[in-house]
Amino acid sequence: MDALQLLIGGVANGCIYGLVALGFVLIYKASEAVNFAQGDMLMFGAFLGIAFINEDRGDLPFLLGLVAASLCLGLIAYALDRFVLRAIFGQPQFAMVVLTIALGFVLRFVAGTIWGYDPVSLETPFAGEILSLGGLTLAVADLLIILATCGLTFVLWLFFGRTRLGVAMQASSQNQMAAYYMGIPVKRVNSIVWGLSGVVSAIAGVLFAAKGAVEPSVGLLFGIKAFAAAVIGGFGSLPGALLGGLLIGVIEQFAARYAPSGYSQIAPYALMLLVLILRPGGLFAQIAQKKV
Amino acid sequence: MRVHFKRSYDEDIRLFEDWRRMAKYAVLLAIMIALPALVSGYFLGEVTLVLIYCIAGMGLMVLAGHTGQISLGHAAFMAIGAFSNLWFMDQGMPFLIALPLSAIFTGVVGAIVALPILRLSGIYLAIATLALSIIVEDIAIIAEPYTGGVVGVFAPPIEFFGTMVDRYGTPNLFYWMCLALVVLVTLGYANLLRSATGRSFLAVRDSEVSARALGVNVTRTKALAFGLSCGVTGIAGALYAHFVQVVNYESFLVLLSINLLLLVVIGGLGSIHGAFFGAIVVGLLPQGLSILRDFLQGTVGLDISAYPGLDTMVFAVIIIGMVIYEPLGLYGFYMKVKTQWQLFPLARRDMFRRSKSYLKTERLR
Repeated sequence: MDALQLLIGGVANGCIYGLVALGFVLIYKASEAVNFAQGDMLMFGAFLGIAFINEDRGDLPFLLGLVAASLCLGLIAYALDRFVLRAIFGQPQFAMVVLTIALGFVLRFVAGTIWGYDPVSLETPFAGEILSLGGLTLAVADLLIILATCGLTFVLWLFFGRTRLGVAMQASSQNQMAAYYMGIPVKRVNSIVWGLSGVVSAIAGVLFAAKGAVEPSVGLLFGIKAFAAAVIGGFGSLPGALLGGLLIGVIEQFAARYAPSGYSQIAPYALMLLVLILRPGGLFAQIAQKKV
Repeated sequence: MRVHFKRSYDEDIRLFEDWRRMAKYAVLLAIMIALPALVSGYFLGEVTLVLIYCIAGMGLMVLAGHTGQISLGHAAFMAIGAFSNLWFMDQGMPFLIALPLSAIFTGVVGAIVALPILRLSGIYLAIATLALSIIVEDIAIIAEPYTGGVVGVFAPPIEFFGTMVDRYGTPNLFYWMCLALVVLVTLGYANLLRSATGRSFLAVRDSEVSARALGVNVTRTKALAFGLSCGVTGIAGALYAHFVQVVNYESFLVLLSINLLLLVVIGGLGSIHGAFFGAIVVGLLPQGLSILRDFLQGTVGLDISAYPGLDTMVFAVIIIGMVIYEPLGLYGFYMKVKTQWQLFPLARRDMFRRSKSYLKTERLR
């Protein structure tokens, strides 16, 4: 029973890691750039959610606030790509790594200046509510997070498989040049992918804020854990990212319970290093050897 | 503009192009040696820190600038260098033996860590090293017998044949010691770059496939570069430990790793000068900002200390500008200005235009 309880808590945490990892992978698939500011985008989304929903700020209903926050962050991310990152389109990956790290610093400073450096939490209608099922006590927030992640994944799956824009995104991620020849405006598609990634991380951020307090520096460590999730799943695979996130969340919970203190924080990274060494492409490898 | 007519291969790889250039560096060295007589003790301490950053920057430059491998985990190797140096000294070894030993130890650890990681390329390497740099904090607490756990380790004074060198007691001697190490590392680095090993580093950076075709053992070269880089970074870590006097698990956080990477990018990837320029910016920026803050408060009445974290913000904006407009960093900018000056009326506008490139996917290797 104890283990099952831990498992559900871990899955709920893992869903948020998975959503952030999903944001990474979306951007990586489209432009082969790794966005080191993803964790800070989550933090920013969480603060936007708080600004819209909390009673002393925007005082919107929860769902409306969620939509507003994700639209805002989507627009911000779109603008970031359109006006900052497009300037280094086609430059080596290294440039993108450094640029996104710097953007993360900027986001952290902006959030700290607007909303302060003290931890704040989101006021939700379901805060603190608990469901008792048999011997299990489940937080309603955890269940909602799991449900929301499932829903979002399904919507994204439909989007990539069935819509014209989704297919265009897949095409430009597989081969930019060929996609361009087929009449896809690759640069604009890139910006839209950034916007989409912003929307996903805003939703993840609001869900995260519903579980605990956020402060501007929360993004860095969170981003690195989500990285670990994306790497475990194999960068570039959407289901892999979610699975990696779940694994990280569950392992973290179990390590915190059973491993000696000090070792438990290492567990997610140790798992990632292990996967990198044994299966460099991740669990769902996307790397194919080129035949010369 | 002076034109060098090279008559032999040796002339092509000489350390100094001609006596003028050698004289310039000699003057710079003379000024640096005389610096304790010229500036106050506080400023000397800042310059010492910049020198330590220079060594760390050169360590990362070998890897990032000349071998083309991104590492986001060099603070971890600084930590290994610092803790191992203090441990060796704790066992009763003199500093002169403990320092090279800790450099070798860090280098070997680096090479061993690198061997599995280097099978990955590009972005995976960056992430794996980033993870290393995160867990070093926890490992420093777990390995308490060597690192002092949460409390940390105090640096013992350094003794050279009866003379005590101490950061606060004899700041001049400590400064000269750091300067001597910087000169040594720089000379070693410059000599490395004109050897076959150094050229194989460049070959691996520019194209792994062609390097392999030319008979370079890519895996060995990468591991060697990683080991060398970590060794030099270890020296910087040991000096840093003696500079701040006490190190614990919080001394080498992930932000330091990121700062080191940003240092080499600001300075200019792929040049020794870049490490120095970057170290000057990273080392002196907090001071510059505090001077600016006092100035703004005194004249305009604007209180920027109301915005905490402004220094990292300024740093970040500098980097964004640098990556977009000047990818070769401060050194690239310096070279541009210098070339324009030398060619004075003949410089052409498009001389430094970057060529457009298409994204090369890493999913097909």
